[in-house]
Amino acid sequence: MNMPATKMDIETARPAGMAAPVVAMTPKRPPRSETYARMARETAVRVIPPLVVIALLLLVWELVCRRAGSALPPPSKVFKDTKELILDPFFDHGGIDKGLFWHLSASLQRVALGYSLSAIAGIALGVLVGQSVWAMRGLDPLFQVLRTIPPLAWLPLSLAAFRDGQPSAIFVIFITSIWPIIINTAVGVRNIPQDYRNVAAVVQLNPLEFFAKIMIPAAAPYIFTGLRIGIGLSWLAIVAAEMLIGGVGIGFFIWDAWNSSHISEIILALFYVGIIGFVLDRLIAGVGKIVTRGTALN
Amino acid sequence: MTAYLKLDHIDKIFTRGAASTEVLKDINLTIEKGEYVSIIGHSGCGKSTLLNIIAGLTVATTGGVLLENREVNSPGPDRAVVFQNHSLLPWLTVYENVRLGVDKVFAKTKKRAERDAWVMHNLNLVQMAHAKDKRPSEISGGMKQRVGIARALAMEPKVLLLDEPFGALDALTRAHLQDSVMALHQKLGNTILMITHDVDEAVLLSDRIVMMTNGPSARIGEVLEVPLARPRKRLELATNATYLKCRQRVLEFLYERHRFVEAA
Repeated sequence: MNMPATKMDIETARPAGMAAPVVAMTPKRPPRSETYARMARETAVRVIPPLVVIALLLLVWELVCRRAGSALPPPSKVFKDTKELILDPFFDHGGIDKGLFWHLSASLQRVALGYSLSAIAGIALGVLVGQSVWAMRGLDPLFQVLRTIPPLAWLPLSLAAFRDGQPSAIFVIFITSIWPIIINTAVGVRNIPQDYRNVAAVVQLNPLEFFAKIMIPAAAPYIFTGLRIGIGLSWLAIVAAEMLIGGVGIGFFIWDAWNSSHISEIILALFYVGIIGFVLDRLIAGVGKIVTRGTALN
Repeated sequence: MTAYLKLDHIDKIFTRGAASTEVLKDINLTIEKGEYVSIIGHSGCGKSTLLNIIAGLTVATTGGVLLENREVNSPGPDRAVVFQNHSLLPWLTVYENVRLGVDKVFAKTKKRAERDAWVMHNLNLVQMAHAKDKRPSEISGGMKQRVGIARALAMEPKVLLLDEPFGALDALTRAHLQDSVMALHQKLGNTILMITHDVDEAVLLSDRIVMMTNGPSARIGEVLEVPLARPRKRLELATNATYLKCRQRVLEFLYERHRFVEAA
């Protein structure tokens, strides 16, 4: 095994200049059509199973709900009832009689505002708790109790404080999503390796530089875990909060549809809520992946 | 000649609740400018604690460290450390890792372009300029340690502290890196204090070897001069009588008089 290999090495090594182009010409890569075929196969392997499952579920749903007197509409009826809403998401007849796009965008705006505030405050508090033993001793028990309060339990209190639906909904988003951000950031900061702190000490970084150059990059994977849990929770909370505060928003759209017995519209709205929740989660995960690139130890 | 770096009656007692352990006892040592001194001892004898005290990362219980007759008790770039596990920041490139220290130390004395040139100069010294845009995860262990050395050198330290710098490397890489450090010492004339547990490494590199007794209450047991001319060549020294005698002395100290006692 060894002998021929060494022999070959010597042979190719000697006339290096002449041998090189010959070696380069050997077609190592498979033809392009083959590459595409392989890519298509890989895509199919991922896409076909969920499609099959969805088709089966729709079929079962259709069969179960098609008979007369069924409480819920079958998928075919859902589609028929909501065709206008699906095809024209941008109509605006004033008041809350708007297309789904407007409802969703109103909800997303609330989430964006509440979530941004909670990300800023959560990371700041997390850094404080992670860095200072006394802050942790003082604040951690408080956080552990407060984080168990269900989102909607905050709503009456915030309505009393703000006397308006909009800021109350944003506050509920904020208070729901802040806890995982605080807790994960604190864990991340506490877990910064002593080595990095030693490096910072030898280089004599001041606290601000330490924060920006060592702490945030080192804790970034933890912070993004918290941010990702946070965005999921805020999307959960907004739908519930909007049902109660009313106005434009996907939550109230669902509640309104229930009050008008438009069950098909509820199902359509749930579909959109699910998809957007999924996209939001992937969005934060994607940002995290880009930002924490190279942060993994070693 | 007055001492360049002076360790003056250093004691270190770690207290944890009611229990306290004396790790270092009455450490006195003076190091002259340009000298290469190794501290050798069994693991757990407190040599890393001693290095941390000199670096300012740990505070001595009593006694102190004098650098050019001035007491130093907090970390600073004048005592740059090459850490055992390289401690490069994984989210920065090789260049940025070195630049981090350079930007801090020469913030006022060097312009941007000069700092850039200085970083590249130091990467060239350790032959790592070719990998300047790589991240630490993309280079080998020996290369990481080279970058660690470049980062320390780039701060122009008065004393370079090496904390078992080659401990985590394979034998061939270690030998290669030892030669590099010797060449750098020859070229730049740094004052170097190195922690090691490798007898050959200590004899090959050092002007003096400080041998520590076993802890607790580790002391300096013996200081051995290594009267070998520089530049030293690894292969020639293998049969050199002085080299072998020094090696013998250290081995005797470590394995006869101060044998490492395993916890029963």
